[in-house]
Amino acid sequence: MSVILSIKDLRKSYAGGFEALKGVSLDIEEGEILALLGPNGAGKTTLISTVCGITTPTSGSVTVGGHDILTDFRAARSLIGLVPQDIFLEPFEKVWNTVRFSRGLFGKPRDDSKLEEILKKLSLWEKRLSPTKELSGGMKRRVLIAKALAHDPRVLFLDEPTAGVDVELRKDMWDIVAELKASGVTIILTTHYIEEAEAIADRVGVIRGGELLLVEEKDQLMQRMGRKQLEVQLTDPITEVPASLAHLNLELGQGGGSLIYTYDTRAERTGITALLNEVAQAGLVLADVQTRQSSLEDIFVGLVSEDVV
Amino acid sequence: MNWTGILSIYRYEMTRFFRTLLQSFVSPVLSTSLYFVVFGAAIGSRIEEVDGVDYGAFIVPGLIMLSVMTQSTTNASFGIYFPKFIGTIYELLSAPINFLEIVIGYVGAAATKALFIGLVILGTSSLFVDLHIAHPLAMILFLVLTCLSFALMGFIIGIWAGNFEQLQLVPLLIVTPLVFLGGSFYSISMLPPIWQKITLFNPVVYLISGFRWSFFGQSDVPVAISLAAIFGFTLLCLGVIWWIFRTGWRIRS
Ligand SMILES: Nc1ncnc2c1ncn2[C@@H]1O[C@H](COP(=O)(O)OP(=O)(O)OP(=O)(O)O)[C@@H](O)[C@H]1O
Ligand SMILES: [Mg+2]
Repeated sequence: MSVILSIKDLRKSYAGGFEALKGVSLDIEEGEILALLGPNGAGKTTLISTVCGITTPTSGSVTVGGHDILTDFRAARSLIGLVPQDIFLEPFEKVWNTVRFSRGLFGKPRDDSKLEEILKKLSLWEKRLSPTKELSGGMKRRVLIAKALAHDPRVLFLDEPTAGVDVELRKDMWDIVAELKASGVTIILTTHYIEEAEAIADRVGVIRGGELLLVEEKDQLMQRMGRKQLEVQLTDPITEVPASLAHLNLELGQGGGSLIYTYDTRAERTGITALLNEVAQAGLVLADVQTRQSSLEDIFVGLVSEDVV
Repeated sequence: MNWTGILSIYRYEMTRFFRTLLQSFVSPVLSTSLYFVVFGAAIGSRIEEVDGVDYGAFIVPGLIMLSVMTQSTTNASFGIYFPKFIGTIYELLSAPINFLEIVIGYVGAAATKALFIGLVILGTSSLFVDLHIAHPLAMILFLVLTCLSFALMGFIIGIWAGNFEQLQLVPLLIVTPLVFLGGSFYSISMLPPIWQKITLFNPVVYLISGFRWSFFGQSDVPVAISLAAIFGFTLLCLGVIWWIFRTGWRIRS
């Protein structure tokens, strides 16, 4: 595997003086899928915009396929496709025209069968003659993807491709990403959904306050992050965890009205059945049961306190 | 050079124009006809001739210039402002195309549209008055250069503008008054002496004068000065464009 995108000590200060990227360094292997996670305002979009040429870096360097994005911008940008976070489309333009425009803009010769293939893959073929304003939000996002794919990019940036997208479409999107990966495209995507990173990424990067806190193989990270909690609501509050349940490492919930069980979703056995049995055997009456996944925010807090750099 | 990219922008912009072709065609025909009714019939019946040229024919170059200047300015400014406004400019900025190529695409399309409208007005005018063009090649040269330079200026305005009001500001408050006061419908020699001097500060005077010369072989100011003025203006706009290109002013944050 070779490095297709190399970011070295990239800094970006906006005109107002705000430093949105504080020295980000990152190498991305050809053909991998990297998910960038981070809270609002972390600098994910800024990072993507800077690599793609929408904003100018303050310092540092970026190469794409070995081409510097400033001194050799034509070669670098030819390799990149970008699907922006917000939906930017000319409302009166037909789907077909706008996709064809994108291909031409990148200097590629007209290739109708190529565009047909892309539109069909994205289930947009029937809508090709519709003006974009007549499409649903999910369709518009797919038009943006079609535009980004129109020039055969080797590296594809997807900035929150599934924000506000329904479950089914989200799955479709994941399939599309998997197909692209299979065809050798390197994909960098941002998301606020950890399940999404889990479902499709090879590696996960966490960015916060303009700094890359960590980049790690997804599988390793998930093991550390994939904690889930099960809360058992009791009809009658208790003051302490019964001794017979001590081996389960339970915590007492607020006011003693519940028991909290923490488990690993990736473990072979989650131990939930045993837990519920034992709770009943201990003479406690269950009122309700709910589960909670550790949220992204929890994970950030965890990450920062662990001093991962 | 990314010629395919330039052509894509040009074609994309022209498609927008062709989509409203009827409108693009009808409105100049209509407004030209109105000018002839108002200026030609009402004023023309009192003035009859200016510098030996029938008044109806005399105003034709001014009429064309008026439309061509405002059209190329607004077309180009809107053309680049619109992607900025709705955000689609991200695509231009992330494409392997440089700023000058973007300019060629947008300015070329805006100038083409203005040229088309100019020719429509010329055609419409010839239905109303007897027109003999003394120097057709010079006429075309003046027309094309005017379209180009004002489209360049419009492009700069589009980049500069932060809202729709600012977009309208220059065409409405500067270009139109300067054209009206630039001798579109009268000869400078008809003005009182003091105004003859003041009016020479209006750059549009030189353009209209030169353009009128290409029709009738006579002008308010020497043709060489007119040519120098239009070239100078084009160079000035190109200079500003170059500076924007170097600095990324108002385009890249
Ligand atoms: N054009 C700009 N001018 C000034 N500051 C900006 C600009 N764009 C972004 N910022 C600031 O830079 C920081 C990072 O923004 P960015 O859009 O990169 O965040 P993000 O990680 O993509 O967030 P989100 O998850 O909300 O999309 C924010 O504090 C934002 O206010
Ligand atoms: Mg963002």
